[in-house]
Amino acid sequence: MQPAVNFVRSILGAGRRVGVKWLAPLVAAGVYLSLAQSASAACCTLKSGGSPNATSIASLYDIILVLAIIVFLAVMGFVCYSVFAFRAHKHPVAVQIHGNTRLELGLTLSAVLILVVIATVTFIKLPGIVNAPNSDASANSVLSASLTAPNPPNGQKLTICVTGRQFIWRYTYGANCNKKGWQLPYSYQEMVVPAGETVNLLIQSSDVIHSWWVPALGGKVDAVPGFTTYAWFKAEHANELYHGQCAQLCGRQHAFMTALVKVVTPQQYTAWITQQSKLINAQNDQVAQLRRDLIKQGILTPSGTF
Amino acid sequence: MSTIDHAVRPVPQVLVHEVQEPRKTRQWLDWVMTTDHKKIGIMYLVLTFVFFLLGGVEALLMRSQLAVPNNTLISGEHYNELLTLHGTTMIFLFVVPVMAGFGNYFMPLMIGARDMAFPRLNALSFWLLLCGGIVFYASIFWHPPEAGWWSYPPLSSIQYSPSGGQDAWIFLIHLTGISSLAGAINFYATVVNMRAPGMTWGRLPLFVWSILIYAVLLIIALPVVAAAVTMLLTDRHFGTHWFNAVNHGSPVLWENLFWFFGHPEVYIMILPGFGIISEVLPVFSRKPIFGYKAIAASTIVIAFLATLVWAHHLFTAPMPLVVLGFFMLSSFLIGIPTGVKIFNWTATLWRGSLVMTTAMWWACGFIIVFLIGGITGIFLAVFPVDWQLNDTYFVVAHFHYVLMGGSVFTIMAGIYYWYPKMTGRLCNERLGKASFWVTFFGFNMTFFVQHALGLSGMPRRIYTYQPGLGWSTYNLISSIGSYILALGLLMSVYNFVTSYKKGEIAGPDPWKANTLEWFTTSPPPVNNFDSVPRVRSVEPMRDIRLEVEAQTGQLQKTGGSEQFARV
Repeated sequence: MQPAVNFVRSILGAGRRVGVKWLAPLVAAGVYLSLAQSASAACCTLKSGGSPNATSIASLYDIILVLAIIVFLAVMGFVCYSVFAFRAHKHPVAVQIHGNTRLELGLTLSAVLILVVIATVTFIKLPGIVNAPNSDASANSVLSASLTAPNPPNGQKLTICVTGRQFIWRYTYGANCNKKGWQLPYSYQEMVVPAGETVNLLIQSSDVIHSWWVPALGGKVDAVPGFTTYAWFKAEHANELYHGQCAQLCGRQHAFMTALVKVVTPQQYTAWITQQSKLINAQNDQVAQLRRDLIKQGILTPSGTF
Repeated sequence: MSTIDHAVRPVPQVLVHEVQEPRKTRQWLDWVMTTDHKKIGIMYLVLTFVFFLLGGVEALLMRSQLAVPNNTLISGEHYNELLTLHGTTMIFLFVVPVMAGFGNYFMPLMIGARDMAFPRLNALSFWLLLCGGIVFYASIFWHPPEAGWWSYPPLSSIQYSPSGGQDAWIFLIHLTGISSLAGAINFYATVVNMRAPGMTWGRLPLFVWSILIYAVLLIIALPVVAAAVTMLLTDRHFGTHWFNAVNHGSPVLWENLFWFFGHPEVYIMILPGFGIISEVLPVFSRKPIFGYKAIAASTIVIAFLATLVWAHHLFTAPMPLVVLGFFMLSSFLIGIPTGVKIFNWTATLWRGSLVMTTAMWWACGFIIVFLIGGITGIFLAVFPVDWQLNDTYFVVAHFHYVLMGGSVFTIMAGIYYWYPKMTGRLCNERLGKASFWVTFFGFNMTFFVQHALGLSGMPRRIYTYQPGLGWSTYNLISSIGSYILALGLLMSVYNFVTSYKKGEIAGPDPWKANTLEWFTTSPPPVNNFDSVPRVRSVEPMRDIRLEVEAQTGQLQKTGGSEQFARV
């Protein structure tokens, strides 16, 4: 404990020599720069790098972290200093102070100021987090409009419906996935997306509340039965695999409701989607044939029931 | 000056005459049939500590399961049951009622009253709490609830939680809710009506202020959760569809109703703890609390704002952006009166004459640890950041810092501070301080790394995780820390149990404290006081000591508890 106290005292001492008013910005700059350099300081900063919204959230967090560290060190400094310097045997007479209104007001106003700064930075960064950007020029997404879903300014986006159920995620690919999902290609667990394209997610649940979360691609959005919620991401790098998990307790196997987002080049994506459609249609045909055979054998009635 | 020879004038001692003969046979009946606030307070403290230990065992089982990836110690089903039991126990059966226990014992003494306003209602509150706990824990013999302590539907609906455990949870909420509500009415009526002559609102001890506001918040919040769980009950068994989306109900309705209760609930859990700290710090700093009016006012402001921030628990649910913005700003606002308190507590220490007893160590440790919890709350209030951090271990770390580092540390400070008054004996100070340091170390080891876990993407309420995600080391550290934390707390429990018979005799005022509970014997007789002095300031006991000093010439040592300070 003593080395920690000496450290705090040396900071306070340094502050007095340098001029306390320069100390806080210096500490702030130092912390911010060191954070910026260790971009993936996994212990202390958010995951990001997959999509611009995630990057914006992470930088907002970094700014708050700097302010938080300064406030914490200041208060802890005073408390630790007091506990050591004002012990009864060293400081036998307590100064009977009842209060100091000016000091209180000053400290309260400083706290308000810090919060105003954080709120302002948040509102400045908010459009970058909430509004979907345009897809890159090389993308070949579909033009579509929606009243409530995040819409890139030029309307070109890829729409994927994410449906959560106990305990797996299903993805339906295509512009009308909300209305004509059964005609569109789909996959489970692993979502394949093209790089450089704005992906709109329509998130739904078919049973209990789940929460869609791939940290590198942005914040989480709850999948609530009876609601459709929206998210977007724009994966910037191809050949990446991002990990995610359901983030709302949804039952006994909640721990295993994971998700993967595989980012490929737009050409690979088109190839994959075509292949996926072909496979699904082939399977559908097989099932239809099987049904016809079973009806012929009398195991199923003509309407398809037993 | 005076003609009285000070050298021979005796120093008046605190003396109170016992008016009621205790029973000689079947002494347990004295406890079962009591309406005395002190006995009820002790029963609250003992019962809630039993639940604390049960909740702690649940936590240790959870941490043991999470110590290594892909662990098979506990199944998904049992883990979900444990996390539901742990959260529900700690909140409804430990933190909220233990504050009622302190309030029951000490609030009437601090205001110079004979008992609470409604003694029989007070007893009912305790027995309802016990019944609630029994009903809830009986479910472990059948099927405990699994839907978490917030019981979000549809997971908690009859379709996805068919067993009776969820209903046991509903009954717990009702029974403990009525217990707390009756207690709240009692506290309110007592503080408003039964204060000693001269004890104006500006002279009310800060602990009593905090109990008053705690009561008001309970009255505002509990009816809402009672309604919500009744709606859940009718959804489950009587064919209603409040929360069932298939029939045009809404799960988000539950979320809003629950958290409208849930957020004031967390302030209910911490405000009396703040009151305890505001009592302990001045006594052991030998100077008055810095900014009494600001601390009292900030308690009221926090309670008011507590009703306006609930949706920050719902930032990831479907909500319009303007609503998100409002709740972010209101959550920021509530940080300001809390900050005022922290400044004032720190300023109380500044230039004091600190006597570092065990209670004082817990109080100072509380300031640091609660500060961390409060700061991480600011991160979570920024809703885009919350979109990443909600439902992760960052939130788990945050609320354990404010609930364990906050409430539990204040509870420990309160017990070490008031133990001599309740039992007439002092706790072992060396063991107490050792317990503090072991707990402090174990607590930070357990929960500080959980911030990193949340930042690395680990969600809450998962019973296992895969290796290779960067979570394994932090989880192992956290689990080891939890055992150290448990050891530290057990050291204190051992201290409380053994000091009851073996502790040094305390006398009425071992700490040279400031408030009226020290103006009676330890423990007080049933009638509390022979007579109650006229109150002239926030520190009536200190005024009495100074008056005694002036009239007898016997110097009351300024740092009267030097025997407890380590030189």
